Amino acid sequence: MIFDLSLIADSIPKMLAGIGITFQLMALSAFLGLILAVILLLMRISGKWYLSWPAQVHIYVFRGTPILVQIFIIYYGFPQFEFIRESIFWPILREPFGCAVVALSLNTGAYVSEILRGGVLGVDRGVLEAGSALGLSARHKFIYLTTPIAARLALPAYSNDFISLMKATSLASTITLMDMTGIARTIVAQTFAPYEIFISLAIIYMVLTWGIQKTFGRIEKYLSRYVKP
Amino acid sequence: MTNSASETLIEMQNVDKFFGTFQALKNINLEVKRGEKIVVCGPSGSGKSTMIRCINRLEKHDQGHIIIAGKELTDDVKDIDAVRREVGMVFQSFNLFPHMTIVKNLMLAQRLVRKINKVEARETAMHFLERVKIAEQAEKYPVQLSGGQQQRVAIARALCMKPEIILFDEPTSALDPEMINEVLEVMTDLAKEGMTMICVTHEMGFARSVADRVIFMDAGEIVEEAEPEEFFKNPRNERTKKFLSQILTH
Ligand SMILES: Nc1ncnc2c1ncn2[C@@H]1O[C@H](COP(=O)(O)OP(=O)(O)OP(=O)(O)O)[C@@H](O)[C@H]1O
Ligand SMILES: [Mg+2]
Repeated sequence: MIFDLSLIADSIPKMLAGIGITFQLMALSAFLGLILAVILLLMRISGKWYLSWPAQVHIYVFRGTPILVQIFIIYYGFPQFEFIRESIFWPILREPFGCAVVALSLNTGAYVSEILRGGVLGVDRGVLEAGSALGLSARHKFIYLTTPIAARLALPAYSNDFISLMKATSLASTITLMDMTGIARTIVAQTFAPYEIFISLAIIYMVLTWGIQKTFGRIEKYLSRYVKP
Repeated sequence: MTNSASETLIEMQNVDKFFGTFQALKNINLEVKRGEKIVVCGPSGSGKSTMIRCINRLEKHDQGHIIIAGKELTDDVKDIDAVRREVGMVFQSFNLFPHMTIVKNLMLAQRLVRKINKVEARETAMHFLERVKIAEQAEKYPVQLSGGQQQRVAIARALCMKPEIILFDEPTSALDPEMINEVLEVMTDLAKEGMTMICVTHEMGFARSVADRVIFMDAGEIVEEAEPEEFFKNPRNERTKKFLSQILTH
């Protein structure tokens, strides 16, 4: 087999034209997913069954099914429902981009809320008792003690989920989105050179992963400044 | 509220406490007057921590009455908050806020609970850090300090809230031997200044020199209560005798 280097050189810039879509999918889904994760977390630790149960069902469903299937259900399934077509969300759910963001956010939200819960459970009980003894309210303890400590504890697992999310954006290409993977598939259809194109694509994703890892490494180092002398 | 020396600050009347079906406190009766220093000792699991944790509602008592500075502890959050304003606590494991510098540790509750502005809160913090001889560590994080230093910070943090009473739960048990004295010194100073203190400790030297009364607990009960002189010389109860013979041979 001959490895066509010029084909790689030609196709990488073309695929990079889709990096904007990849980033948008990643940033939007990460942002919305994090908000959802915090809401799900608060529901789960509320101690009220009517809040905790729906959150657990959401987490169970979205962790128990493939993202690709979730994307298909939202993209192909939702338009079947009259009430969705008539809802205010229709302009978003009509577009493949909106569907991908919704699916990725719902999915990452489920995972991240579990990651955050691990962080919250990891907070030293003694520290919270010291807060109580000083007269801090439950809300103040959550904001000033639990949140910052849990955030640091959850960060390594969160950075892993963020990388998974970045890679999962490639699934959006299956519902016609022209992200980097979408462009790669078009080029392959034209050139019949899947080997070169997909290896180049893999390298781009690896560089992105490396960048994300570095960024989170910095944040982690900053947040851990108080852990070791 | 009167300020007389004989004013009762802590009153526990027939207090019972259960963990599930296990009774951790049995009919506890205790009265502490303003300025009194009480040392509590007893074997592991006898309910010493549980008793003092009931005083600031870290544990909820099941029976009886607890009245702190004239306020009875009920399920009402307002009562609990009011009591916690009067009562400081120092823990065996320091429990400093790990993500905040020392001075921020001392400022947080002042700002949130007592609504004191930043400048004033910092001044108060530095004042008490100086009193525990550790002001130069103000901008460090707790992990950067030795155990003895951390415990002194914890005492200063409690003092910043200007409490009427401070509870100590084995404040020196987690410390290396060479650091115990620096913490005991701070506690002794506090005692001399007239702070009302309940102190769970097995430091019998401290008990002898500082305590007005020593309380011995066993199996959830107060078994013996006496002035230190009397307590160490003529323990009346068999269980006290046995405990003292064990602890004083160390
Ligand atoms: N949260 C809890 N749940 C169940 N049992 C508990 C709990 N806290 C304490 N206990 C039990 O209550 C009893 C009294 O505990 P406590 O911590 O008050 O003892 P202590 O006298 O402080 O002992 P130590 O010297 O070991 O600190 C023990 O038997 C302990 O196992
Ligand atoms: Mg104890």
